[in-house]
Amino acid sequence: MKWIDYARPQTVAEAVQLLTERGDGARAMAGGTDLIVQLRVGRRQPDHVVDVKHIPDLNEVNTSGGGVTLGAAVPCHIIYNNDAIKDAFPALVDSASIIGGTQIQGRASIGGNLCNAAPSADAIPTLIALGATANVSGSTGERSVAIEDFCTGPGQNVLGADELLTSISIPAQGANSGARYQRFIPRNEMDIAVVGVGASVTLNNGSFESVRVSLASVAPTPLFVTEINDELAGKDVTDENIAKAGEIAKDAAKPISDMRGTADYRRHLCDVMTRRVLSDAITRARGGNVDAH
Amino acid sequence: MPTKSYVQTNINGESVEFLAEPRQSLLEVLRDTLQLTGAKEGCNDGNCGACTVKMDGRIVCSCLVFGVEAEGADIETIEGMASPEGLHPLQTAFLENAALQCGICTPGFLMASKALLDHNPNPTEGQIRWWLANNLCRCTGYDKIVRAVMDAAQKMQA
Repeated sequence: MKWIDYARPQTVAEAVQLLTERGDGARAMAGGTDLIVQLRVGRRQPDHVVDVKHIPDLNEVNTSGGGVTLGAAVPCHIIYNNDAIKDAFPALVDSASIIGGTQIQGRASIGGNLCNAAPSADAIPTLIALGATANVSGSTGERSVAIEDFCTGPGQNVLGADELLTSISIPAQGANSGARYQRFIPRNEMDIAVVGVGASVTLNNGSFESVRVSLASVAPTPLFVTEINDELAGKDVTDENIAKAGEIAKDAAKPISDMRGTADYRRHLCDVMTRRVLSDAITRARGGNVDAH
Repeated sequence: MPTKSYVQTNINGESVEFLAEPRQSLLEVLRDTLQLTGAKEGCNDGNCGACTVKMDGRIVCSCLVFGVEAEGADIETIEGMASPEGLHPLQTAFLENAALQCGICTPGFLMASKALLDHNPNPTEGQIRWWLANNLCRCTGYDKIVRAVMDAAQKMQA
């Protein structure tokens, strides 16, 4: 690994100042479980690593008001051990409990999963399905970005060189809502999604009020399939309509063929997984229990 | 001119200080600077768990932690598992159940298993397998490892 400088700022202002001074030569690090590997193989080559996980603001979990604001450095294990999150946002637990294994989950953060912007990221489809926004601080102030607009390419995001992701806000989901994330992998655990699907539904008696579906590992960035809501909103909750959502997901996917699966296989999985995940989200919306894994 | 950083940390209950380049992993520091060679380098990218240590109450892959991140931390390594009175019950159970062949993965499995039993003294087989998913054994002795953890859990509860 080439030489790096390391800093451990204690405030957002200090971190933003370091990032601003170093420009493209600096990269923020939370858990480091992606970044350290990338440094080691040379995939990212910053001169300066800004370790932001000791900034108190970035470790806050605020669940007041029915939504949740997650500090950008909050590690996965905090999320799946938080009773308020388990109760209100089980889909977030679905994602946090399958990112890496126990050792990785002690360090890796949802904010880091977002910034790393892998097409296969397990947290991003969930955040998109839940309508979350990324809160960013930079040298000229603060801004918020919808999660579906955050990733711009494999490993690339909208952050300027002077900007730091500080937190992720997930709005209250309201009554009769449910969400789910599942990925398809050929193992039981510790693998990269061949296809991942995050979905949230809000029901109105027997019909869909709104549906948000997002796909992982089938495009250069996590894909938000708005056409599913266009088709399903106002329609009855039936197997036929769930099957339509699967078909739409399959058509929206733009997968590549690689060692994990061919493009055709991934398109097929989009259909199957979208139907499964929607069914589970509906079960949760109706108050039923679906285990995370 | 690049300079090494001074780091003060706590390892197995003792205050320890060392100099490290920021790019050095905690694993490199433990093995090459502090001669604590129990933690092993397997994959060096977080998949295999052979380098597992406990840091501030959570197990981590020490290959995915910079040595300089250890500043002010509490670290436990495999060297701290046995006491002067004898082996930890998990170590005994691994021996009695033949839960190792080449032994490279064993320190990591022991550290991870100890963290599991600290947190859940009576885990099911499924819980053990899920918790230990971040530890790989290429001799493929998983079944004996899982049985050893169950055996140790039972003996520690007795």
